[in-house]
Amino acid sequence: MTVYRNAPEPAQSAITVSDFNFWYGDFHALTDVNLNIAKNKITAFIGPSGCGKSTFLRCMNRMNDLIEGTRNEGTMELDGANIYAEGVDPVDLRRRVGMIFQQPNPFPKSIYENVAFGPRLQGVTSKSDLDDIVEESLKRANLWKEVSGQLGKDGLALSGGQQQRLCIARVLAVQPDVLLMDEPCSAIDPTSVQKVEDLMAELAPEMTIIIVTHNMQQAARISDHTAFFLQEVAGEPATLIEYGETDAIFTSPMDKRTEDYITGRFG
Amino acid sequence: MASENLNAAEQAEVEQPAAAESAAPRKRDLALVSRSTYMKEKALQYLFFACAFLAVVTVVLIFAFTMMQAAPVFTDIGLANFFSLTWAPTEGHYGILSLAAGTALVTVGALVLGVPLGVGTAVYLTEIASARVRALISPAVDLLAGIPSIIYGFFGMVIIRPFVAEITGGLGFGALTAWFVLAIMIVPTITTLTIDALNSIPMGIREASFAMGATKWQTIYKVVLPAAKFGIVDAVVLGMGRAIGETMAVLMVVGNAPVIPESISSPVSTLTSQIALDMSYSSGLHRTALFGMGVVLFIVSASLVGVVRLLSKMRKKG
Repeated sequence: MTVYRNAPEPAQSAITVSDFNFWYGDFHALTDVNLNIAKNKITAFIGPSGCGKSTFLRCMNRMNDLIEGTRNEGTMELDGANIYAEGVDPVDLRRRVGMIFQQPNPFPKSIYENVAFGPRLQGVTSKSDLDDIVEESLKRANLWKEVSGQLGKDGLALSGGQQQRLCIARVLAVQPDVLLMDEPCSAIDPTSVQKVEDLMAELAPEMTIIIVTHNMQQAARISDHTAFFLQEVAGEPATLIEYGETDAIFTSPMDKRTEDYITGRFG
Repeated sequence: MASENLNAAEQAEVEQPAAAESAAPRKRDLALVSRSTYMKEKALQYLFFACAFLAVVTVVLIFAFTMMQAAPVFTDIGLANFFSLTWAPTEGHYGILSLAAGTALVTVGALVLGVPLGVGTAVYLTEIASARVRALISPAVDLLAGIPSIIYGFFGMVIIRPFVAEITGGLGFGALTAWFVLAIMIVPTITTLTIDALNSIPMGIREASFAMGATKWQTIYKVVLPAAKFGIVDAVVLGMGRAIGETMAVLMVVGNAPVIPESISSPVSTLTSQIALDMSYSSGLHRTALFGMGVVLFIVSASLVGVVRLLSKMRKKG
């Protein structure tokens, strides 16, 4: 049973999830997840490795569809529409739900082409429109000042932290409603982490952000709501243990297991 | 010697606790490399060097031998005669250009058909096929590489030639039939190398593309293939080398008429097939001219290897 601590109501939510279960082949990875993700807020998913938080995140833009043998039950709604309903095009869903990965993964193309990739897919062909989108997106990702003179440079030539911000700019260029971030700061240097966190705070008022993190200080610092996932027994499905306002979760966790985790007693 | 060292090491281990107890660390000798180990290492090093060096020696020797045999091309035949159109050794015409044209025609056609087939197979196997289908097709592609070229020749002569003859009229001996045969023959080379190129692309890039809302096709076409372009060019160049050098299968279907190709379905001859046909009975300048053609083939394939090297250097520089 999940403990809820002043969790978001469906009315104020971008994503609502009910009775969600997920399997990798025969392995039941997640069971009975119920939660609402507040619109235009930052939600953090925490929990030890293997607790299903990344799996759950990747369900939200159906990236798990790419893995053979996965299936799910329950509903996951984006603005009221079930994303797993029959006939829903995952390609269209992913245009509305962007994703940032743990390992920065710019394309081996120029900085410009990286950012222009999404708009081009959506049919933007005008050079001046693309120029505007690229500049605007790089500015929003706080990368413009560092790369404005060298947009033709290969994206892979940037530093790790810059690459991650380039990936963020690339996602912002398609103006998603939701941004999923799967441990976006664990492979970059501390200065860049600061920049990415500042960026999230700037974006949040107009974008729903969900971040998976192993860094509890980070979750406490930047998120409005926190969800704690746990797989108690190896081989058994993981589930959502406690969910609600970040302050409440971190200052007075109600479930013993949440308390043990955030105080560093395991994981 | 070796056993002495072992004993020393054992003793050292036994003494260790005592050493740990005493306050000041005591100096302890490390075991020296034994002479026999040293000799063995050196011997192996030279043995493997000899293996590797053999490749270099062979290339140099073959080139020198072919060059020596071909030397009269410059003196007795003359470059003007050698690089002319007419191949009629009995009348003193040793022009290889019509043969070179045959080789070029056969190779280009084989690439036009074989590259899409080979790259397409590789893309299907790495990007699309399920593990089960892949387990079925991959070995089949590998087996294609293992089929002796004379079998391809049979296949081309008995199956493809009548089919071509039906469409174009005539006997079906000519470049077109060779295209089909060579296209299949170069598929394993191109597919295998393209698969390597595609597999070396990080999975994260594909994920990023899908997460951006790209379809599978857009991901392949706009992200994966451009990222693998150097590797694919490598594959094509090596496939081209295979097509240029193929002799037996081509000889069996190409018609062997040493003339400038009139059409894609008329009999032609290639550098390699002409060498194979004439070598057994030729003598004098005729034989010299065949070695001259060998040198030309050698230089072409060396250039192709050079291109591949250059490309891989460029790729490393990024």
